[in-house]
Amino acid sequence: MANWRWEVFCQNTIDNELVAGCFASGRDQTYLQWMLQAWGWTVSVSLSALLLALVVGSIVGTLRTLPDSPWLVRFGNAWVELFRNIPLLVQIFLWYFVLPKLIPPMKSFPPFILVVCALGFFTSSRIAEQLRSGLMALPRGQRYAGMALGLTTAQYYRYVLLPMAYRIIMPPLTSESMNIFKNSAVAFAVSIPELTQFYLQAGEETSAQIEIYIGVVVLYVISAMTINRIMTFIERKIRVPGLVVATGSGGH
Amino acid sequence: MLNLDFSFYRWDLISTYVLKGFYFSVFLTFVATLGGIFFGTLLALMRLSGKKWLDFPAAAYVNGMRSVPLVMVILGFFLLVPFLIGRSIGAETSAVVTFICFEAAYFSEIMRAGIQSISRGQVFAGQALGMSYAQNMKLVILPQAFRNMLPVLMTQTIILFQDTSLVYAIGAYDLLKGFETAGKNYGRPEEAYLLAAVVYFVLCYSLSYVVKRLHRRIAIIR
Repeated sequence: MANWRWEVFCQNTIDNELVAGCFASGRDQTYLQWMLQAWGWTVSVSLSALLLALVVGSIVGTLRTLPDSPWLVRFGNAWVELFRNIPLLVQIFLWYFVLPKLIPPMKSFPPFILVVCALGFFTSSRIAEQLRSGLMALPRGQRYAGMALGLTTAQYYRYVLLPMAYRIIMPPLTSESMNIFKNSAVAFAVSIPELTQFYLQAGEETSAQIEIYIGVVVLYVISAMTINRIMTFIERKIRVPGLVVATGSGGH
Repeated sequence: MLNLDFSFYRWDLISTYVLKGFYFSVFLTFVATLGGIFFGTLLALMRLSGKKWLDFPAAAYVNGMRSVPLVMVILGFFLLVPFLIGRSIGAETSAVVTFICFEAAYFSEIMRAGIQSISRGQVFAGQALGMSYAQNMKLVILPQAFRNMLPVLMTQTIILFQDTSLVYAIGAYDLLKGFETAGKNYGRPEEAYLLAAVVYFVLCYSLSYVVKRLHRRIAIIR
């Protein structure tokens, strides 16, 4: 166990020669550079999917709480149940293999887009569920107050309900944005060159699997910690002074 | 446009390819839930013991497991376990070990929240009756905590059932793999993935419906 081979990260990916300074120039690439590139894929897949999930999840979550629109509520519920009850890996296969066959124009979509859609819609159902419970947690009086002021439905959602609901759901939103980084690992199944795929390929090429495994895991942990710090920072910035949001944990 | 053909999905195909995978998925879910609850409870008790030398390793284990993607954990165990025990093991065995270890971390967080939701008065009452720590846990706290946590535990089991599809990464033969193999052998992979999605959806949706009903019943009793 003692003979670590950390120098593998400084090896050239083509001829396995050690490169001084660990960064090769020109066309050549060391395993470290390859890994950072894979990290870039992981981060861009995750952030794009997070953006998509936030937009779609907000719309669907809002639809599910609208008064007097039973069909929109049903559509929202169906959306959440559909994307929540199918494993992410199967959803990725659906986007990657099945939809392009059913809808021929989708054949020209790059795999990146398809994976972002899969991950984004999967997460949107969970964000929609959180936003709905955030909106339901608000006292009914807030909605009525908005109505009494003569605001339209869109207006009282925009100015009264949603600003508070988003603040309430910041903690679960934080863990969801960390989840999206972890879930992006599933994209390896359709050959997106992200970290897990890098581990599989580089591990096989170099037979220094444990070193590469540790490197990849460290990058995943760094990504999750960074997004956690950012979300906590945002949470603190947007906190309404004097309002303590009950997190629901703790005893009686 | 809809050039899908499901006609080849007959019972003999399902019984040869799909059922075997289905049994493994269910078996894996079952074993991982039981093992996860058992070791998860131990981890939760370690974290709540108030002793640093018990709390620290348990917290490190739980947080470590929770910050790594499940796919990487599955791949890591598949790589490391043969190193540690000195001989190679099958993908299925590796998957079972991985899921028990991984789920223990998640179940321990659920158990911890459940134990902490029991009011302090219950703990003190047990102590006042002269119960030992173990008696107090076994007779007073854990039975109540389990009941409080039942809906969450079952929801986690449904998520676990979905997650078993990730053993795809090490080539274990589960429900998804069963459909995939059938689809490949008959040259109809798209239909196979679609059917897999339908089967997963029906199973998970009905299970979560049951959990919702149960949740409502428990809520009325309390």
